Amino acid sequence: MPSSLDQQHYETVIIGAGMAGLAAGIRLALAGKNVIILERHNASGGLNSFYSQAGRKFDVGLHAMTNYVPKGTKGTPLTKLLRQLRIPYDALDLSPQNCSRIHFPDCQLGFNNEFAFFEAEVARAFPKQIDGFLALAEEVRTLDAFNLGSMPSSARTAVQRHISDPLLEDMIFCPVMYYGSAQEHDMDYGQFAIMFRSLFFEGFARPLDGVRVIVKLLQDKYRSLGGIRKMKCGIQKIHTSGGRATTIELDNGASISADKIISTAGAVETARLCTDQLVDAESDNIGQLSFTETITVLDKQPTEFGWDDTIIFFNTAERFRYARVEDDLVDPSSGVICFPNNYQYGEDRQLNEGFLRVTAMANHDKWCALNEDDYLAQKSHWYDELQKVTLGLLPRAKKNLNFEDHRLAKDMFTPRTVRKYTGHLNGAIYGAPNKIKDGRTHLENLYLAGTDQGFLGIVGAMLSGISMANLHVLQGD
Amino acid sequence: MTMTEDQVQQIVIDIINEIAPDEDTTGLKPEVNLRDQMDLDSMDFLDIVMELRKQHGIEVPEEDYPELASLKSCSDYLTPKFNAE
Repeated sequence: MPSSLDQQHYETVIIGAGMAGLAAGIRLALAGKNVIILERHNASGGLNSFYSQAGRKFDVGLHAMTNYVPKGTKGTPLTKLLRQLRIPYDALDLSPQNCSRIHFPDCQLGFNNEFAFFEAEVARAFPKQIDGFLALAEEVRTLDAFNLGSMPSSARTAVQRHISDPLLEDMIFCPVMYYGSAQEHDMDYGQFAIMFRSLFFEGFARPLDGVRVIVKLLQDKYRSLGGIRKMKCGIQKIHTSGGRATTIELDNGASISADKIISTAGAVETARLCTDQLVDAESDNIGQLSFTETITVLDKQPTEFGWDDTIIFFNTAERFRYARVEDDLVDPSSGVICFPNNYQYGEDRQLNEGFLRVTAMANHDKWCALNEDDYLAQKSHWYDELQKVTLGLLPRAKKNLNFEDHRLAKDMFTPRTVRKYTGHLNGAIYGAPNKIKDGRTHLENLYLAGTDQGFLGIVGAMLSGISMANLHVLQGD
Repeated sequence: MTMTEDQVQQIVIDIINEIAPDEDTTGLKPEVNLRDQMDLDSMDFLDIVMELRKQHGIEVPEEDYPELASLKSCSDYLTPKFNAE
């Protein structure tokens, strides 16, 4: 039965109620546009979402919000986005991190939200490399990330101009890649610069109640401006004619029309919705990188075990390998450990329970090929493997506290979960390897925003929605 | 009622206060570019244009955005538009 949306017309239809879609929606609603956001799921947030299990709330996606700057800092991505969305800084309820670490065999580098500390750490561990590191930092600070000019486009090549020790090179790439690279082995130097700044020059923060604070803030703002949002509203097809998108056919058979469409579904995923494209269009631009994450709930704070870090980016292999997992379900040799408790929430503010999250790369096809029993068995197996690796990296628990004795609950998401929530082909968290920076598609009134437009992280996703709405709908309107 | 240049400048200042509440708009020099006195970028100017349309029904086509560079150029450009209503 076609819904009430059938035959409606909107100035702009936004596909997806993730960070980018909501931010784009707010911009258009602020301008008084007749706009609707269509979301396949019953929850907003896309990759950055949350769920409840046995009365407990879990975050998906957000370990740390990057791009943190203190209130009043001018001209940075976070400040720009809050102004564009007309959201006050304090509404995000951000608390900065304690300290994070890059943990490699025989070498560790600490970093926090003060770049000088990271610099000192590099000078301590790599005294011969510090001049090159500072030259790299200066270059990254001033680089125009969207116009590299004569710079190498390969970040590896660009970094090797300054850093000759492959260990330091890998240690810098590990967090930068884990927090946003859709490309295997290497990344675009402009994207590297954006990530480097957001992690090391700016920093990590988190709202006490996690990503839901940000999602709710965006939803409420959008709604207060009169924006319309339709949940459980998947899109079957985008009908085209003469190089334009004409109507959008919904899963329930309803058909709506729009002057312009902003899709956050992904570059390839969006192309394949269009009736003038083949079902296997753009197959050379499908992301290959998917992840698994374990979540453990503890009856003690991590600091009681002696675990004070906020995030640990680890690698246990000789060289750091950021690439699709070939022959197993999970590659436990590198990953990210996160303690959401270890932020400076202030006096008497803390999560009631302890949380430990561990992320590692995983093979999408193998996870999706498992039958239900095997899927559950493998989840259990890999949960144990990843905890083993993690406990091997963390300082020995204080007072001989036994991790297992203090575990209240555990859960794990896999590439299958990622695919379900993001709709990304291959469960590719960071989407397509080749980003479409101007957001244009083969249709003149269909634009991309979000992951595949090339801004990274949560702040990046929101900025992507803002800038695509500005550029393609509001500017010159 | 005819709008004066001062009133039009005040309208622009009110809009800036609304879109960039963290900027100090006291003591702005009318002849000096707004960008040289405050931290405003092209996205902020888009918002000034958006609010002029929403609040006052004034249209500023994209090719005229440079006319909004300073308070003085704003009032030179916008006052006739306000008074033509």
